[in-house]
Amino acid sequence: MSGATDLWLLMFACGAATYLWRGLGVLLSGRLNPQSALFEWISCVAYALVAGLIARIIVAPSGLLAQTALIDRLLACAIALMAYRLARANMFVGLVCGVMSFIAAGYVRGAIQ
Amino acid sequence: MKPDRRRALRAGAREALGVPAAVLGAGFLGYGSLAADAGYSVWLTLAATFAIWALPGQLVLMEMQAGGAAVAATILAVSLSAARFLPMTLTLMPLMRNGSRGRRLWQFLLAAQLVSMTTWAVAMRRFADMDVESRWHYFLGFSAVCIGSAAIFAVIGQLLLGALPPLARFGLALLTPLYFFVTLVGEAQSRTSIAALVCGAAAALALHAIAPGWSLLGAGFIGGTAAWLLQRAHVRRH
Repeated sequence: MSGATDLWLLMFACGAATYLWRGLGVLLSGRLNPQSALFEWISCVAYALVAGLIARIIVAPSGLLAQTALIDRLLACAIALMAYRLARANMFVGLVCGVMSFIAAGYVRGAIQ
Repeated sequence: MKPDRRRALRAGAREALGVPAAVLGAGFLGYGSLAADAGYSVWLTLAATFAIWALPGQLVLMEMQAGGAAVAATILAVSLSAARFLPMTLTLMPLMRNGSRGRRLWQFLLAAQLVSMTTWAVAMRRFADMDVESRWHYFLGFSAVCIGSAAIFAVIGQLLLGALPPLARFGLALLTPLYFFVTLVGEAQSRTSIAALVCGAAAALALHAIAPGWSLLGAGFIGGTAAWLLQRAHVRRH
């Protein structure tokens, strides 16, 4: 089997594994209490996993982002968050400011070197 | 189709066409560029968007596959990242199902694939003043626009990456991580979600140095359980 076929199979397996929760929700609705301690734990695990994913991509990325400076990525995050808050939870303002500051930081870095 | 159904379908589509489709679009624009960087074909990017339809899970798959993680660990981590769908469908589906006439279980099982954080949040808000029939059509219209927008922007991101100068390419690649960072940190309000964020991030970074292939699963289990225990201890104290 080629690597590409493996990746397609893995992707569909991941789709099925994601669907599991959606399908279970349909089948079990009315029989499970979404406010129970078990659900609190499940949502904590999911939340922590996604937080871990983003932390890892920002601090120790692979691919293109690995060629950029850690301090630039952290700075872009801080600026995006600040702009988002200042613009009253406007995601676009946050994203545009974050990306632009990241590009600017990369430009200045390139100009100095 | 009856006019009131068509109206509900169109109302859902129209509501999605504003901020929801644009915010999703930004996330998937970045996803497409990361997919191009990871060597995905356009078809694989599109298929992953439709088959998984959960951006965190799609990113987990990409990250872990790029890092050469074990297949079982990857599938488990993708699945766990989507665990929020269970309470979401549990609360959403009865609103479309109870009192509906003639609609079968398989239709609800198919509709469940369309559920996402965005569709759920908007539907829960809007369903209050709709009848069961309108809710179903509203949900379909809203979801169709969301998925369509995500797919289009993912393809644009994928094609755009190669056409941009290097600095802009870096900016595009940072878009989706930034989007999640702002969403997670900007919207974490409860003590539990803040604890889960901090514990998850700390556990992932600590584990990344030791066992990168397992760091995301570890972040979920260790960080999530720690946050959950902290929350319970806090509730018991008060």
